[in-house]
This record gives sequence, C-alpha cells and structure tokens, in this order.
Amino acid sequence: MPRPGFVLDVDRSTPPILFHHGESFRLEKLPAGRSRVIYPAEPLAALDDVDAAIRDALERPLGDSEPLHALLRPGMKLTICFDDISLPLPPMRRPDVRQRIIEAVLDQAAAAGVDDVHLIAALALHRRMTEAELRHAVGDRVYDAFAPHGLLYNHDAEDPENLAFLGTTPQGEEVEINKRAAESDLIVYVNINLVSMDGGWKSTATGLASYRSLRHHHNVKTMRHSRSFMDRHASELHSSNWRMGEVLKGAGVKIFQIESTLNNDTFGTSGPMSVLQKREWEWSGRDRASFIAMKAGLDRMPMGARRKIFQSWKAPYGVTSVCAGEVDAVHEVITQNTFAQQLVPVEGQTDILTMGLPYICPYNVNSVMNPILVMCLGLGYFFNLYRGQPLVREGGVLIMSHPTPWEFHPVHHPSYIDFFEQVLADTTDPAEIEARYEKQYAEDEWYRHLYRTSYAYHGVHPFYMWYWGCHGLAHLGKVIVVGGEARSVRRLGFTPASTLDDALEMASDVVGRDATMTHLHNPPIVMADVT
Amino acid sequence: VKALVVKRKPARFAAAMVAGRFAPGAGAKVGPLSLRDVDPPEPPTDEWVRVRPRLAGICGSDLATIDGASSPWFEPIVSFPFTPGHEVVGELDDGSRVVVVPVLACATRGIDPPCAPCAAGDLNRCERVAFGHLEPGLQCGFCESTGGGWSTAMVAHPTQLLPVPEELSDEAAVMVEPTACAVHAAAGVDAGSVAVIGAGTLGLLTITALRDRHQGIDITATAKHPHQRRLAADLGADRVVAPGELERAVRGATGSMRLTNGQLTGGVPAVVDCVGSEASLGQALRVAAPGGTVHVVGMPGVTTIDLTPLWQREVALRGAYAYRREDFDAALDLVPARDLGRLVSATYPLARYEDAIAHAASAGARGAVKIAFDLRSERERNHL
Repeated sequence: MPRPGFVLDVDRSTPPILFHHGESFRLEKLPAGRSRVIYPAEPLAALDDVDAAIRDALERPLGDSEPLHALLRPGMKLTICFDDISLPLPPMRRPDVRQRIIEAVLDQAAAAGVDDVHLIAALALHRRMTEAELRHAVGDRVYDAFAPHGLLYNHDAEDPENLAFLGTTPQGEEVEINKRAAESDLIVYVNINLVSMDGGWKSTATGLASYRSLRHHHNVKTMRHSRSFMDRHASELHSSNWRMGEVLKGAGVKIFQIESTLNNDTFGTSGPMSVLQKREWEWSGRDRASFIAMKAGLDRMPMGARRKIFQSWKAPYGVTSVCAGEVDAVHEVITQNTFAQQLVPVEGQTDILTMGLPYICPYNVNSVMNPILVMCLGLGYFFNLYRGQPLVREGGVLIMSHPTPWEFHPVHHPSYIDFFEQVLADTTDPAEIEARYEKQYAEDEWYRHLYRTSYAYHGVHPFYMWYWGCHGLAHLGKVIVVGGEARSVRRLGFTPASTLDDALEMASDVVGRDATMTHLHNPPIVMADVT
Repeated sequence: VKALVVKRKPARFAAAMVAGRFAPGAGAKVGPLSLRDVDPPEPPTDEWVRVRPRLAGICGSDLATIDGASSPWFEPIVSFPFTPGHEVVGELDDGSRVVVVPVLACATRGIDPPCAPCAAGDLNRCERVAFGHLEPGLQCGFCESTGGGWSTAMVAHPTQLLPVPEELSDEAAVMVEPTACAVHAAAGVDAGSVAVIGAGTLGLLTITALRDRHQGIDITATAKHPHQRRLAADLGADRVVAPGELERAVRGATGSMRLTNGQLTGGVPAVVDCVGSEASLGQALRVAAPGGTVHVVGMPGVTTIDLTPLWQREVALRGAYAYRREDFDAALDLVPARDLGRLVSATYPLARYEDAIAHAASAGARGAVKIAFDLRSERERNHL
C-alpha cells in the first residue's frame, strides 16, 4: 500500500533535504523549528492490464456518449489528436500510453471500416515533434502506417488554409482550430493528464488552436485570475477553454475524449535515480553513497554531457486510469484520479517557499532549460501547484534553486533569445511586455517560418511563459535564485544568492528573521491542498 | 606656456603603438606626447587672437594619435610639433568665453578666393588644409601654427570663434564641438530607422542629434556598459542592446529573415558607426538593409573588412567628418536643451595627463563618458 504524501516538520534530527538543481542536486539543511517539507505520495499501484483498461474505457464511456465502436462507420472522417512532446515529464518508457490508446482506437476504426483517418500532434504553438519523438509517442507501427502517407503530422497553427473559424464565445473569444479536426465526423482526443491542468476542453480548444484563438486565454489578465491554473474551477484559463468548448459543441464538432493518468514513479525503484524518490531519513548507506557518487560525477561533467544523460531518462511511469467518452464527464473523474496521486493537505501558508527546480519542464524536452523556462517552471508551474490558496503568503519570498545558465537552444527557442536580450532588458512587467511587444513577436515572419518549417516554438511562446508566472510575480514580495548565473537571474528581475543561507538572509529583509519556511519536495509531482 | 606637445619621433610612435595595443591610452607614458614649457604660438596675422583654454576635451582621434594608431593618411595634413586639443572652450583677452571651431579651412589660411567646398560652406571638406600661411593641419590641435586646447594658450582666427552664452557652463560649452560633429552626422541620415553603433561620447551625441532632427525616427543603439545604456535611452534611443545583440535586435525591429549563418536578409536603411573599428564596420554592413547607407562617424583606421555585403546589397559607405559652421549653431542650442554638460565625467590638470589619457581610453568601462583637461587653475595660464 503506497504511503500518502505528507508534511514533515523539520527538527534538529532532520537530515539535509534534497533540492533538484537543474542537471544536478543540492542537499540543504533547513532551519529547525520553523521549516516543513511537503513530500509527494508514493506511486499509486499501476493498472495490471493497461490494454484491457483501455478497451473497457472505449466500451463503457462516461457521460453522454456512445461507445467508440458505435461512433465509427465506413466513409466517415476520423481524426485522432494526441498530446505532444510536453507530456509526460520526463517522457515515459515505451510503450507510451498514447501509443496503447491510439492502437486500440485504430483497431476499432479498422474493424468498423473507417479508412479516412488522420493523426495530429496537438501542439498548439509548441515546436513540431521530430520523427523520433512522434515514433516514441505513437509507436513505430502507427508511425509507419500513417506518416509516410502524410496522415500523421504536427498541427500547424499558422497555416491559414488548414484552420477553421467556428465562432466566438459570449465574451468575444474567437474559436479557431485545425480545419481537418473541425471538419471531421469525429475527433478522438488522446490525453496524458500529468497534472490537473491538463485535459478537458483545454485539449481541443488549446492544443488544436491558432494564435488568434489562443490569445484570448493565454494573456496576463487571464493568468492573473487563474488561482491556480491547476484548479480547474478557480482557473480563468479553464473557464475560457470551457466557453470555447461550448462553441465547438455548437458548431457540431464531435469529440470522443480519452484521458489517462500516470502514477508518481518518476525515477524508479532501482538504479541511482531511485534515491530521488525516497525520503531522506530513509536513505540507506547505499543510497547515500550512490547519491554522492552521482552528484560528484555530474558536477565534474561538462554541461552537454550532463544534459544528455538527464534528457535520455525515460520514466517508468505506471498507468493508473483511463477514461473515455464525453469531455466533461471524463475530465471530472480523471482530475480526481490525478489529485489522488498528487494532492497533499497542507495547513496554512508560509512566509518562504523553497523549491529545487529540475532539469526539465514542458518546453525543454530534448532541449535546453533556458532562463525564461526557469521562471516559468518556478513561478508558473510549481508556484501554482496548489488548491485553495498559494503555499506562500502574499508578499512572501520564493527561493528557487537552479543554475539558470544564460543559454538557449538556437533551433527550439529563437524568439526566447530575443525576448531575453531585448524585452526583459527593457521591462519584466508582464502587462507592459504584453502591451508593447507581444504583437511584434507573434506576427514576426521569421519566427513564423521557423515554427512552421523547423523545430522552433512560436514567436509568441516566451511571452506565454512569462504570463504563466505573472500570478506568482504579483503575489510574491521577492524571488531569489540559489546557485544561478547572476546575470541571468538579474535579467529575470530576481535576486541571485550563492547559498541557501545567503538566500534566507536576503529573505529576512522581506519576511523577518523568524519567518516560516516550506519546501515543496517536487518532483515527483506533489500538489498542495492549502487550507 | 605650458602645453602637451606631440613631436615627430618615430621611435616614440612605435613604442606608443606597442603599448597602446596592450592597454589603450598607455601610449601617453612611452609615446610622443610630453608636457613642456613652450613659446606661445605667434598669431599668423593681426586678425588672429589669443585664446586661453578653460576646458579642453579628449577625443577618440586624440587617443589614436597618442597610441600611435592613426592612419598614415594624416601624415601630410598635420604638422609637428603640435599641441592636441580641438574640443575647446576658452577665454579671450577681453574675458569673454568662446568655443573654438577648430577646422582650419581657407578663411583661416588666408586663401582667397576660397576653394569650392569652403565657398559652399563645407569647411570640413576644405581642399587646402595643407596650404596658405598656416602649417598643414586639418584642425587646431593638429597644426603647429595654432597650438591646441591642451595648453594654457593657443591662437584662433575670428571666424573660428563662437561666443558662449553666459548661462552655459564651461562643461556644457566643451561639449559643443563634439555635438556639432553629431549634428552634422545626423543631417546626413535620411531614413525612418537607424542603428547607432557605439555609445561613447560620439554615439550618445549622435543619438541626441538624430532624435532632435528626425522626431519620428526609430533608433536602435548598441551600448556596452550600464551607464551608456541608461544615457542612450534617455537621449532618445528606442531600444538599446549589447553590441553582440544588434543583429537580433535589427532583425526583430525590421521583420527581416535570418539565414543559417546568422546573416540577415534585410536590415535598417541607415547605420551610423560611431566606433570606426574593424568589428563595428563589419557589423554595420551586416545590419544595413539592401540599398542602405553606412555612415562612418567614428574615426576609422587601416582595417580589413569583407565588403561582399556592400557589393551584393548595394550598400553605400559614407563618411561623416566634422561639421559645417551652422552645425555649431545647432549644437549650441542642443547642448543646453538636452543638458549635455552632464556627459563630462571628470577633468584633470595638465600635469596629470597620463591619468587623464588612461581614464579617457577606458571611459566606458570606468563609468565615464567625456574626460577633459581643466586649465582654469593652471598657474601659467593666469599669469599670461
């Protein structure tokens, strides 16, 4: 029986606590008597027979939906859309759950005589997936059957010929999605719900959308009113997507939603990485030796080699549930399943929130975690891993640990470089950035060209990363980065510190000397239910 | 009079060249510059008057001379020994203050009728800078006959004198000559957007003059140091970027495409190079749009540069040297209007010339802009 997540009160006997630190780690002794650590739950039991669970989900759909086989008929247009490279994190070991689901769907489609089938990576404004990445997601059999015929491809949000405008919400939000999907008799959307933000109407309304449509919810106002965007019912981001979902339904777009959840088995139970999943006071002598050797080895390696090692890690995630059918009904159940793994009750807020940022976020798979992504991961994703109220009080301090190198992947993140060099050199205020710079970057022909033909994130993407953190920016009194490259950290508008002790000293200027402190021990993913 | 003097000593120039390569400004210690007591320059005619400098700036062209880095081009249009200093605010014998217009054109040389450029008012293009009753010298500060600002006394022709309004401080007045250069450079720019390379004195003043002359112009500037960034933005640049970021900034601002080796398919229609180095000229050609113009304002030297983009994209390379007389009038308005006297960061007495030169040569890195000699307290000057 896996143990649930819990909150540890730090005392003098508490050993140093693990902080992820990019492609390395730190062990930090937290102040006794005023610190606590939020630990994730141990991995929930995986399904014994995933394929059977998938078949069962397709046969017994949730909500107002017929079974999949009843929705399939000869001559119909079927489009299978699936989450892109940003999910899950790290990528999971083969077979990816998307592959299993897609193969099951295709089996039923073939049995029903459906021969007009397209598969689309629903990547919105993310970079295109490479062949290897697509093969990993859908499997070689599916890839070889569809890709050579142009039937398996990446969504192109900048292809005017292949976008369909479907109407506007009562709030004036324009809904424009992939034309093939919009004009299909049925969309089957295949999700991996790594966190509670994923899935629901966001899958189609965001994953298949154009900039024209996305800008209505990927903006500063929406993100500031998403508290948090991990809590669907308190998230304006989701409200907007749900309104767009109504437009989709009204336009006759029929969606068969398939969502799946994974457990917390990010680093496995054997091998050197497994220690990252254990609680420090339970580390054996072997664990300690293994950790010390791993860290020493990593710290002596050049960055390129370290990055290669980490990026090659495939998580042994187990699938814990698969649901299919009507979008809302599926999403409600799956979100509860996600919470069952990740949600930990926490009493009260803290003055100082600490977090160790790992080497990966949704936008640097097989890539470089550049400083903008550091901001997004810390103030966007990790800060928002709460329900109820933020873990840290308003005006409190966030201390993140990450090397934050001034480094960018030139192919994946070209507009990030310009954003960092030019926009952030001018201002870090999200609203000002949005007003003065977004349009120029969003409509830049070169960025558009690279997004469509190379493997670049869309020109506007670094803006979204900044907006992702704008609730955190507005909420926090100070942000300190431990062990970060000073000039990068300053460019982000944050304060660099060499050690956690230095950071706590700096934080005391804002929250006083006896401030309470909470460490979010993440990953594996943990989400705080703060009361 | 007390004066810093540059003598024609080849060995000293060679030593300065070596020293200057290791540390800019180091030529002051081993090169041809020395502090001396010399006879005051004789007025060439009765028209000429004595000017006792109050402040005299140190310019990039002065530094190049001191470090032995000047082009051989100047050989026939300077005369040794000379006292440097062409950015001068001084005092006439009647106590009134003047800014010296240093160009030594036909009128100052007693050449009548003047050459065609002088007749047209283009003093900076004078074709007689090595003739007439003066020794060769394109400006005061490079001519044996007139002396220069780095001394307690020099001489000037009445056509070279610009009265200084009472309310203008000496620090502001000494900025008039370099500002006139910038005004002249800005007058040559005819484009809606421009990149200004360099944010030393000349770069900052060029940004100021461009903003003043072309209100709607879009200015992208490069600046190495934080204080330069702040000043560039304050004086009118729309965006200020690090030198290595210019190509990306221009690409973004112009919507150009970028090829695999980083070169742009477009660019800005005008680039003003206020550095004049091999690197800056190369960069200027890389960011100039097809059919655009590179204005060379910073004094260049002997450089090696790939002119292929100039040829393939039909880019014009255009010099911008000194000024017309009316550029001084505009500069005299601009200096107080934009409070350009604040750019004078430090002043030195002549005796500390090595420190002054070293400071000027590393002004940017040391948080400074314009370094000048302060002659107002020189004992010899006040005894004249």
